[in-house]
Amino acid sequence: MQLPDAESMLHTLVEQMRPNMSANTALVGIHTGGVWLAERLHAALGLSQPLGCIDVSFYRDDYGSKGLHPQPQRSGIPFDVDGTPIVIVDDVLYTGRTTRAALNELFDYGRPSRVDLAVLVDRGGRELPITARYCAHLMTEPLDCAKNLQLERDDSGQLELRLIDA
Amino acid sequence: MRNPQLNGHGELQHLLSLDGLPKSVLTAILDTAEPFTEVAEREVKKLPLLRGKSVFNVFFENSTRTRTTFEIAAKRLSADVINLNVATSSTKKGETLLDTVDNLCAMQADMFVVRHESSGAPYLIADHLHNTARHHIHVVNAGDGRHAHPTQGLLDMFTIRHYKKEFHNLVVAIVGDVLHSRVARSQIAALTTLGVPEVRVIAPKTLLPTDVERMGVRVFHDMQAGLKDVDVVMMLRLQNERMNGALLPSPQEFFKVWGLTAEKLAEARADAIVMHPGPMNRGVEIDSAVADGGQAVILPQVTFGIAVRMAVMSMLAGS
Repeated sequence: MQLPDAESMLHTLVEQMRPNMSANTALVGIHTGGVWLAERLHAALGLSQPLGCIDVSFYRDDYGSKGLHPQPQRSGIPFDVDGTPIVIVDDVLYTGRTTRAALNELFDYGRPSRVDLAVLVDRGGRELPITARYCAHLMTEPLDCAKNLQLERDDSGQLELRLIDA
Repeated sequence: MRNPQLNGHGELQHLLSLDGLPKSVLTAILDTAEPFTEVAEREVKKLPLLRGKSVFNVFFENSTRTRTTFEIAAKRLSADVINLNVATSSTKKGETLLDTVDNLCAMQADMFVVRHESSGAPYLIADHLHNTARHHIHVVNAGDGRHAHPTQGLLDMFTIRHYKKEFHNLVVAIVGDVLHSRVARSQIAALTTLGVPEVRVIAPKTLLPTDVERMGVRVFHDMQAGLKDVDVVMMLRLQNERMNGALLPSPQEFFKVWGLTAEKLAEARADAIVMHPGPMNRGVEIDSAVADGGQAVILPQVTFGIAVRMAVMSMLAGS
C-alpha cells in the first residue's frame, strides 16, 4: 500500500503546532522514531528549551509477559519539568500504551503544567483513552496488526515511513 | 549439559557465575545497565519493573555493602525487599539450606539474592528450584565462598568500559589476595570473555591459587614489573578474616611490598584507573593517597554497582 510521505507530514505537523507554542514549551521525543521527529520539529519551531528524550522500556506494561526490551536507551530530560508545558512526540500512535508509559515516566521527573501529544500518523487501534492533539495523518483503513508502522531515517536525515513485519 | 544460568530461550534465568556466560550475555547486561544509571539523577528514583515482586536477600554470611546495594537496586525497581540475616537465625537452629529456601518459596518469593560461605550454595538453590519446577523464581549469587561474586565482576567491567570505552586494547592488573578472592575469579572470567588481551595477577606465591595460569593470566611476583604500562589496576582486599595460618608476615610488611602507593602506581600508564571492590584496608593493600587520588574510581564503582544490579534483576525477573 501507498504510505503517506513523512517529509510532507512533518511540514503539516509544524504548522499545526506553531500557533500553540509558548516561550517555554518543551518537546520530549520517544525513542527511536519519536526522537528523530522531535529533533526536526524542535529546529523548525525554533524552541528555546532543550530537547528531551524518553525510552519507555522501563515503563512498558508488557514487561511481565515479554520481559525487558533489549537494548534500552538512556532517557534524558535536560530541563525542569515542573510547571513546563510539554509536547510528547512519537512517530506513530497505535494502541496508546507507549504514550501511557511515556506519561508515567515523565511524571517521575516532575509535574508539567500540561502535556500534549504530537504524532505523524494515527493508525487507529487504540486500547487506551488517549488521543493526539497534533496529528498529520489519520489512517482510516485498519492496518494488519501483524505489521509495525515505523519511521526510518536515511543517511541524509530524510524521514520515511515503513511497514514491516512485527 | 544444561546451563543452569540460562533458560530454554537462552535468556538469563539465574546469575550464578560469570564463568560460562557468553560474551553476548555479558555485553547485554552492561548495555542494559547503562540507561539505569540515569535513574539516580531523577527526582523520583523509582522504576515500576519489579512492582509486586518480592526479593529476598538471604545472607548466610555477613555483608553490609553488597546487601545494601542489592536492597537499593531492588527498591528502585519497586520490589518489596526482605532482608534475612540467616547467619543469626534458622540455620543456627538446625534448618537445612533447602528447607530455608522452601519456606521462603512458601512466602511467595520471586527472587533470592544469596550470599553463602560455601562455594556452590547458590547453584544448589537454583538446582533445587529447577527440580521442583519453580521456574519463575530467580537466584542471584551475591558471593559464594571463594568461588564467584558475579555482580561485583560485572560492575567492575561496567566501570572499566565507562572509563576506557573498549576492552580489546587493555592491559589489566589484579593485585593482592587472589587465593581467597571470589571477586578475582569473577573479574578474570569476565575480562577474558570480553576480550582483554592481557590480564595480569600480581601477588606473593602464598596468595595465589596453584593453577592460576590456567585461568589465562600472566603472573607477576613483583609490583613494579607487574604494574608497568597497565591501563587498569584492580586492587583486592586482603582477606584478614579468611587467613588461617602464616600466609603473611604482618599487614605492615604486606603494605611495604604489595601495598599500592603513588610511587608504584607511577609504573602504570598515566591515565590508568585504580579500582577496589571495598571495603578497603587503608595502609594494608592501598595507600590513602592513592585511594583518595585522582586516578581512583572506587566510589563510582559503588554507584555503578546499583545500576548493574538493577539491570541484572530486571533481566532475570522478565525472563
